[in-house]
Amino acid sequence: MTRQRPRLAVWKFASCDGCQLSLLDCEDELLAVAGAVEIAYFPEATRGTVRGIYDVSLVEGSITTPHDAARILDVRRRSRQLITIGACATAGGIQALRNLADVREYTAIVYARPDYIQTLATSTPIAEHVSVDFELRGCPINKRQLLEVLAALLAHRRPVTPAHSVCMECKARGNVCVMVAQGTPCLGPVTHAGCGAICPAYARGCYGCFGPMEMPNAPSLSEHLAALGMDRATLARFWRGFNAHAAPFREEAHCHDD
Amino acid sequence: MTTKTIKVNYLARVEGEGGLRVVVRNGVVTKAELSIFEPPRFFEAFLRGRAFSEAPDITARICGICPVAYQMSAVHAMEDALGVRVTGALRALRRLLYCGEWIESHALHIYLLHAPDFLGYAGAVDMAREHRALVETGLGLKQAGNAILTLLGGREVHPINVRVGGFYRMPSRRELAPLAERLERAREAALATVRWAAGLDFPERRHDYHFVALRHAAEYPFNEGRIVSSRGLDLSPAEFEDSFEEDHVERSTALHAHLKADGSSYLVGPLARYSLNFDRLSPLAQAAAREAGLGATCANPFQSIVVRAVEVLYACDEALRIIAAYEEPDHPSIPLTPRAGIGHAATEAPRGLLYHRYRLTEDGAIAEARIVPPTSQNQASIEADLKNFVGGWLDLPEEELRHRCEQTVRNYDPCISCSTHFLRLELDRG
Ligand code: SF4
Repeated sequence: MTRQRPRLAVWKFASCDGCQLSLLDCEDELLAVAGAVEIAYFPEATRGTVRGIYDVSLVEGSITTPHDAARILDVRRRSRQLITIGACATAGGIQALRNLADVREYTAIVYARPDYIQTLATSTPIAEHVSVDFELRGCPINKRQLLEVLAALLAHRRPVTPAHSVCMECKARGNVCVMVAQGTPCLGPVTHAGCGAICPAYARGCYGCFGPMEMPNAPSLSEHLAALGMDRATLARFWRGFNAHAAPFREEAHCHDD
Repeated sequence: MTTKTIKVNYLARVEGEGGLRVVVRNGVVTKAELSIFEPPRFFEAFLRGRAFSEAPDITARICGICPVAYQMSAVHAMEDALGVRVTGALRALRRLLYCGEWIESHALHIYLLHAPDFLGYAGAVDMAREHRALVETGLGLKQAGNAILTLLGGREVHPINVRVGGFYRMPSRRELAPLAERLERAREAALATVRWAAGLDFPERRHDYHFVALRHAAEYPFNEGRIVSSRGLDLSPAEFEDSFEEDHVERSTALHAHLKADGSSYLVGPLARYSLNFDRLSPLAQAAAREAGLGATCANPFQSIVVRAVEVLYACDEALRIIAAYEEPDHPSIPLTPRAGIGHAATEAPRGLLYHRYRLTEDGAIAEARIVPPTSQNQASIEADLKNFVGGWLDLPEEELRHRCEQTVRNYDPCISCSTHFLRLELDRG
């Protein structure tokens, strides 16, 4: 055989495993994917490992320990392409809420012996440590988008994952706007598309799990939310969810701190 | 003195990061340690100051494999704190959602993670080369569970439709009809799974476990019940912390739960649930279990694959029963008024009892949170299993011995990502 199948590796840092599970949730496509690529490292799914260089690394999770900060450098060295999957890897995840707090205090809340714990003061996205070739958003990622990334990879093209807002998807899906119709607070206008506007379809506001779209107008949405009656503390919290460390959300939240 | 140390640095096919270390001195196992490298994420810390209503979505992110369990324990604990109860069709829908997670999570474990151990493959993809139909059955079953999660929850991982007080949107009877068709097929597949699993080759290994699980007056337990045990415990969820506690030990670098009274270990999860609730299974599930050669209790952890299959069958059966009886409620959720208080809940995650406690302030903000996941409760039992079983395998070739150890851990389907308190490992290389 002249051209081998591309070698795929799946890595985990601080995360819940939900994004890598999305790959196993592609029940209809899993065996086809496994035929098209060589799954060379995916400890959650297989004991077999192939060492060396990987054509593509999917990276889940954020960097929160000194050990992981070193490990990601090694992963980068061994990966031709490095793709982050999910809000943890792309924006630091929900655990980035520690970035606003004193991590020693956090450790003392959870652990009887904080001196046993080795952790960094912050939870940071992969791109703050190494160069990243492509970022897939979401908490969790959307499995259709994951398949698109893999298909693009096999075809040597760039994945198509629109950078517009959830609002566009909401309109396309024919949802009634929850903010206009019911006055429900919604981050849809500033949130990156990709989920298919699920929350508004279930009569609730978007909570921004795909993180900021390109060029979001966060201050204007804050004004709108305040007009709906949201107080400052709630507003700050609203921006501080699964993508709290993503710059546009982080900065906007900060504007509402006392 | 001959010393032998078996080390598996990265445990494959468990959700999350863990390794294990077994030390043998003169043919006797002196130490068995399951280690967790999972970096701490401090959920209990950053939940402080968040609104009670945010707990289900936030705690779901503790584990992508069993987010519904976290959502369910969170909503029940919050409702306990707020002094309300969700009943009727909304309660039934919660059970239906839980059925989806059990089917999905158990099918994942049975077919993709555990079966390769029994059939001698590195993983399901390798296994599929020679057992394609088997893997496809597993994927189909898993997909049926996911279909429930997607319809009722909005998506498979971290469903968005669960709220304290009920749901955001309830499904119509019409929407549920195609789901029922699919579940009928899944029930057939689940029955076949029980039969197939019964025919696997199990090491004859038993242990006198102290089983702990929920028990409900009429149902096989998901969301509600008393916490009972095979040695006579019978507690309300509010009394959990009177009987159980977690230790932070440097050696294992993870919180270990045990009984307060004497520090002994106990077991949660499918074996415990089954052994304490066999009489609550549906007739179909009971008959299948009998036919598979299981008694009314099961204490061989290697047979947990059969017990999981029986639970998948039950969950399909139960989901179909709920769908058949479903009448749309008037409102998707009940009204709530914030107040100061403490709420407790325990529900049955696929891997076992999941305990949440919250203290709320007057305005409904979380002042304190406590979460005890099943894997932290089972760690001591996993280590005990290793200690008890490895002695009999010492003559096996190194690779096979290592594999047996891994399999012993995988029996538990340890969900190491339930990492609220799990930390990074420093190995004692002594
Ligand atoms: S982004 Fe969300 S779903 Fe993905 S690993 Fe992180 S917490 Fe889990």
